[in-house]
Amino acid sequence: MQKEVMFAGFGGQGILLIGNILAHTAMEEGFEVAWVPSYGPEMRGGTAYCLVVISDRPIGSPIVRNPMHLIAMNRPSLEKFAPVIKPDGVVVINSSLIPVSSGRDDVDELLVPANDIAKDLGSVKVANIVALGAFVARSKIVDFEGIRKCVQEQFASKEKLIPINMAALDAGKKAANPNIS
Amino acid sequence: MGKILMKGNEAIGEAAIRAGCLNYFAYPITPQSEVAEYLSRRMPEVGGVFLQGESEVAVGYMLFGAAGSGERAFTTSSSPGVSLMSEAISYISSAELPVVFVNIVRGGPGLGGILPSQADYFQATKGGGHGDYRLLVMAPASVQEAVDMVMMAFSLAEKYRNPVMILGDGLIGQMMEPVEFSDHLKSEPSNKDAWATNGMDTRKSKERNLVKSLFLDAQLLEEHNLALKAKYDRMKQEEVRYEPYNIDSDYRALIVSYGTMSRVCKTAIDNMKTEGIEVAMIRPQTLFPFPINPIRKAASKKGCVAVISFELSMGQMVEDVERSVQGKCPVYWHGKAGGEIPTPEEVIDKVRSFT
Repeated sequence: MQKEVMFAGFGGQGILLIGNILAHTAMEEGFEVAWVPSYGPEMRGGTAYCLVVISDRPIGSPIVRNPMHLIAMNRPSLEKFAPVIKPDGVVVINSSLIPVSSGRDDVDELLVPANDIAKDLGSVKVANIVALGAFVARSKIVDFEGIRKCVQEQFASKEKLIPINMAALDAGKKAANPNIS
Repeated sequence: MGKILMKGNEAIGEAAIRAGCLNYFAYPITPQSEVAEYLSRRMPEVGGVFLQGESEVAVGYMLFGAAGSGERAFTTSSSPGVSLMSEAISYISSAELPVVFVNIVRGGPGLGGILPSQADYFQATKGGGHGDYRLLVMAPASVQEAVDMVMMAFSLAEKYRNPVMILGDGLIGQMMEPVEFSDHLKSEPSNKDAWATNGMDTRKSKERNLVKSLFLDAQLLEEHNLALKAKYDRMKQEEVRYEPYNIDSDYRALIVSYGTMSRVCKTAIDNMKTEGIEVAMIRPQTLFPFPINPIRKAASKKGCVAVISFELSMGQMVEDVERSVQGKCPVYWHGKAGGEIPTPEEVIDKVRSFT
């Protein structure tokens, strides 16, 4: 079984980082993984996206035309990728910055005001982690405890940032499952 | 040690260190600048040297000098940078010195673009520089294979006293995949006293070693070229590496593809199999020496009606495929050279149209 996740937004939102954290977590769980960035003449504020492929067997093509899931952190990303997501995929929309929906009725659309949640936690910089928490909680693509562990490892050299990132993950999980405390 | 998630470029840098190479000369160029970034940090930690040349021309001769003195040395670059190094590659080949070159290929010709490409196939396998020389060329299809090939490259370069080139496309450099560094691929430097200009006292010898590539005497130059040819012929006997895929099936078509493109082809082959269409692949892991006999044998199998070379170029490897197949089966080509990678669906469409 192979699953693909497209992370997309603008440069500076930490798109490549949350893709990296998911890939790392999946690798720790024993899956084959590939993390494929968009690379080109990019600049801060330009588009940034990466594709994470997770599979239980060796990964063939790391280039996938129709990914299973999407995390869209800004409007151009949603408009570009929402039409190509596979039916039944999870589409996380950063509703703080995106005033529209995916326009798809065959995907599991999840509106998460990631920037607003992050600001309430004390820093808009953790909006990416909020979105990641929401996505993992909804898709169950990896174990939630596993992703918590990987975020802790990621920030091991900047220990004071760990609490806010843990809070961001949990806030994202709450946004994905509002009925579960 | 378990697997770690690493970007191809960084893993290539680490692999060279693990292989025992502590001399890295380079000039940054996309899409492989992360190697230089990584090694500018790592080399001082392990007591090695990273020296950024003023250009790739200078880098080529830094490698020449380091290898001539008996040191393991390597560089990484991308297409236009390798063109600038090509003069030095010719000299190093003639002087029979072991150097490892990594080319993370970008689109061309000229400045081209920075996206993945395999358009330097001719440059790597047929000589970008002048004269009758050959590089041993290996082409990885994953980050792990890039690591393994870089680690093997140093001992192969010393075995043949010849430059080895790793030809990866931009995606291999930019992608992150789990890797491990196998200690068994680490090799001790070979006996360099036979050739290194490391001092007659150092090696307690009365013979001087000379690094040179000038042979004005016709007979001496002829002998030199015959010796080089014997070495390249030995590579053809001993170093051909390839991966067969779905080769035991009753396939209608045979794909020849390498690097990232071969992974797309694998997915296409798997997808066609579920529809009952059998297609096989030979993936060259060495581009020189090229797996001529395995391809000829696979193309001659009963029921195979097409051999298709899929490349990220306008048709370079296909010439070697034709040379291998020798008319035993029709040979076709499909490829792209702008930086976009064909999808599995596109590969399937092409296989259908050719069979």
